Amino acid sequence: MARIALERIAHAYRANPSTDDDWALKELDHIWEDGGAYALLGPSGCGKTTLLNVISGLITPTHGRVLFDGVEVTESRTEQRNIAQVFQFPVIYDTMTVYENLAFPLRNRGVPESRIRERITEIAEMLDLAGDLGKRARRLSADAKQKISLGRGLVREDVAAILFDEPLTVIDPHLKWQLRRKLKEIHSTYRLTLVYVTHDQNEALTFAEKVVVMHEGRVLQLGTPQDLFERPQHTFVGHFIGSPGMNFVPCTLAEGAVAVNGTRIPLDAATAAAAAKATGALELGVRPEFLGLSDSPQEGAVAVDIGDVEDFGNFKIVTVRMSGRTLKAKVPEDRGVPTGRGYVVFPAGMTRLYAGGELVA
Amino acid sequence: MRIQKRTIALILYFVLLLLPIYWMLNMSLRTNADILTTFSLIPTDPTLKNYLKIFTDASWYSGYLNSIYYVTLNTVISLTVALPAAYAFSRYSFLGDKHMFFWLLTNRMAPPAVFLLPFFQLYSTVGLIDTHIAVAISHCLFNVPLAVWILEGFMSGVPREIDEMSYIDGYSFPRFFLTVFVPLIRTGIGVTAFFCFMFSWVELLLARTLTTTDAKPIAATMTRTVSATGLDWGLLAAAGILTIVPGALVIWFVRNYIAKGFALGRV
Amino acid sequence: MEKWPDNRAWFMVIPVFLVVAVSAIIPLMTVVNYSVQDIFGPGQRYFVGTEWFEQVLGDRRLHDALWRQFLFSGLVLLIEIPLGVLIALAMPKRGWAASFSLVLLALPLLIPWNVIGTIWIIFTRPDIGLFGATINTLGLDFDHTARALDAWVTLMLMEVWHWTPLVVLLAYAGLQAIPEAYYQAARIDGASAFAVFRYIQLPKMRGVLTIAVLLRFMDSFLIYAEPFVLTGGGPGNSTTFLSIHLVKIAVGQFDLGPAAAFSIIYFLIVLLFSWLFYQALQRAGTGDK
Repeated sequence: MARIALERIAHAYRANPSTDDDWALKELDHIWEDGGAYALLGPSGCGKTTLLNVISGLITPTHGRVLFDGVEVTESRTEQRNIAQVFQFPVIYDTMTVYENLAFPLRNRGVPESRIRERITEIAEMLDLAGDLGKRARRLSADAKQKISLGRGLVREDVAAILFDEPLTVIDPHLKWQLRRKLKEIHSTYRLTLVYVTHDQNEALTFAEKVVVMHEGRVLQLGTPQDLFERPQHTFVGHFIGSPGMNFVPCTLAEGAVAVNGTRIPLDAATAAAAAKATGALELGVRPEFLGLSDSPQEGAVAVDIGDVEDFGNFKIVTVRMSGRTLKAKVPEDRGVPTGRGYVVFPAGMTRLYAGGELVA
Repeated sequence: MRIQKRTIALILYFVLLLLPIYWMLNMSLRTNADILTTFSLIPTDPTLKNYLKIFTDASWYSGYLNSIYYVTLNTVISLTVALPAAYAFSRYSFLGDKHMFFWLLTNRMAPPAVFLLPFFQLYSTVGLIDTHIAVAISHCLFNVPLAVWILEGFMSGVPREIDEMSYIDGYSFPRFFLTVFVPLIRTGIGVTAFFCFMFSWVELLLARTLTTTDAKPIAATMTRTVSATGLDWGLLAAAGILTIVPGALVIWFVRNYIAKGFALGRV
Repeated sequence: MEKWPDNRAWFMVIPVFLVVAVSAIIPLMTVVNYSVQDIFGPGQRYFVGTEWFEQVLGDRRLHDALWRQFLFSGLVLLIEIPLGVLIALAMPKRGWAASFSLVLLALPLLIPWNVIGTIWIIFTRPDIGLFGATINTLGLDFDHTARALDAWVTLMLMEVWHWTPLVVLLAYAGLQAIPEAYYQAARIDGASAFAVFRYIQLPKMRGVLTIAVLLRFMDSFLIYAEPFVLTGGGPGNSTTFLSIHLVKIAVGQFDLGPAAAFSIIYFLIVLLFSWLFYQALQRAGTGDK
């Protein structure tokens, strides 16, 4: 177990990176606390797998340092780092039995056979593989194979962290939640540092204590699922997390408040002060869950046209149009929805201001 | 350091691989008298005389044309008959399909020497001896099974939903096959054509037996270098070098597909 | 993936069947016909039953050729398969170097078989050949036309030179198909280079190596053109393999009956051994009982 620190890490796959696009990973500092369960969330190609491979040592970063418990390991090879990794597609040794698969990392390290047996018995029990130990690994189903991959990491007592690279991709949907629950159980039993890469926000939000959102080689936000929901640091995080994503409307600054379509929406003092200094286009962001909808004009409400209403059972998604721009509002099933003309309210405390994509705070 | 040792070993292997070919090239650039009198690692007095002779003498260069003609013919025939059959094997189950497939493959194991005499008699009976088509058809014996085998591998990699969708969209079978399916497996067709070309090009026993003059392959023409004064090594070497050229050209064009074709576990 | 059951698929197979049947079934029938008859001329033929088979099976020269053939094919497999795998492991994985290596490797495979023999005659002759002259300069008396051992060494060199690239190409394709994650997982598990080879690369190459063994067995067992050009079966009968022997009795002596009986036995041996190899390799890799 270890606290993993990344200092000014950046990586480019090309030999002489010149433009910004050459960097798969732009310079970043990050700390993974010991025993934390992290999710690394982002769309395909955002650099999350690169970041994972930098931690595991499969990639040596172009510059920057990697520290495990304060000890620099940047140049150390994977096998010296005590990292375990579970890949997108199950990696098992075809010719071996389940037992031999689990014993493999220990045998390679010269662990005595009696100790190996103890570890495997314990881990196999934990992973519900106890009955399959004598079977050929390649005969098992995809989820069992992923458990073997995970087990090869868990049997090692000295493991600093277990990294997961979209491990549920090939698992049947109805088994996914079982496996995910198993992971949480393992985390609470062993308090290992877990880093879980995924592009699926549901997986990330249900698995992790802390979620790291990445986009185009940058870490945009590190926070609890609640932080990401309530205070996205970046408009991308707002868009990416939530279903539907956060609403953004352009606005202008007007004496301690912002104006949207000529309607004043007051800001708190701190935000107003920060906004005065901020550069870049201003946008007001509000989650569909918080966007108020009313049939009568009121202070700070903006007039909109009410569009489609989709009913999802216990809630409704209402699409509204505000001078050519669409917003979504999520309203409870029992709440009435105005027809034709309506007004949207940006509630104080749940409305965020962004300048050039970044949260103003 | 390990990687370097590996590279050195590989380079050494390639040097050994090229050495015999280089030696023939060396010989081909020298006159026979020069070869027999002086031993030299490089041609000291290089001449294109041997090549010139081959290119100006019809009995020489027609050998190349014959070879290229029947090899092309064989490749076309093999692909034409193998395409629908491979489709049938990859898509349908039918009476005796597995037996048929296995029987096809056993022909790849038949010693060509076994078929020499029966082939000669068969083609004599139908009056096809010394024609390009006779050689092309006889080479189908091993090339057609191979073509079916490789193509079936590629076709099985194409999801059957594509066929179903096309039929639902109202495509007739021939139209679907030619406009949708064939373009999808063009890599496979390229790889198959490569192997048909290769095996037909290198085979000689049948080609020589079934021809006398008009369709005689170049490799058989090479026996002509024996004259009253003994073997003309320079001429033989030049003819040999020229038989490598078409193959080398073909490899160059398909170099990126070779590994892919092999990767399917076929061939 | 259940295939669609439809017997009309036969219509698509018929062209292949016809083309191959012309080249396979009719000649095979002729061969069977000859193998049980004694033919003196048109209209003069007598049914002799299994006489030719008995004669051929009792033929000393055939036995010798058969053992020679097994020795040859055995050596071919023992040398080419491990060598081919080793070279494949050393091959560059991507980039221009990989393309370049592939082109070089494929070169010997596209040379007509009798030209292969010619190349090696030129290369190994004691008077004009680089190899032959070099060996003789070193003080070793080398002449493949005079000494059986030298003829064998030359033949094996030629065979290994000619066909190892095929094994390399197959093994290389097998290696290329292994996802990078396997190597990464092995590094994480602390596996040695040998363990990576033993537990990842070798099992993953099982399919292509099965094909390599089968192809190399079949083709080395059927070899004709290269030794015919290089040694003509000599010196003596020391490199007379089955095909050379067969052509000698069929074309040289025109003994059609024994030649036909021989052909059938030959074919059956190849079939039998191909099947045995296939079964053995299927089991070997999986460890199944």
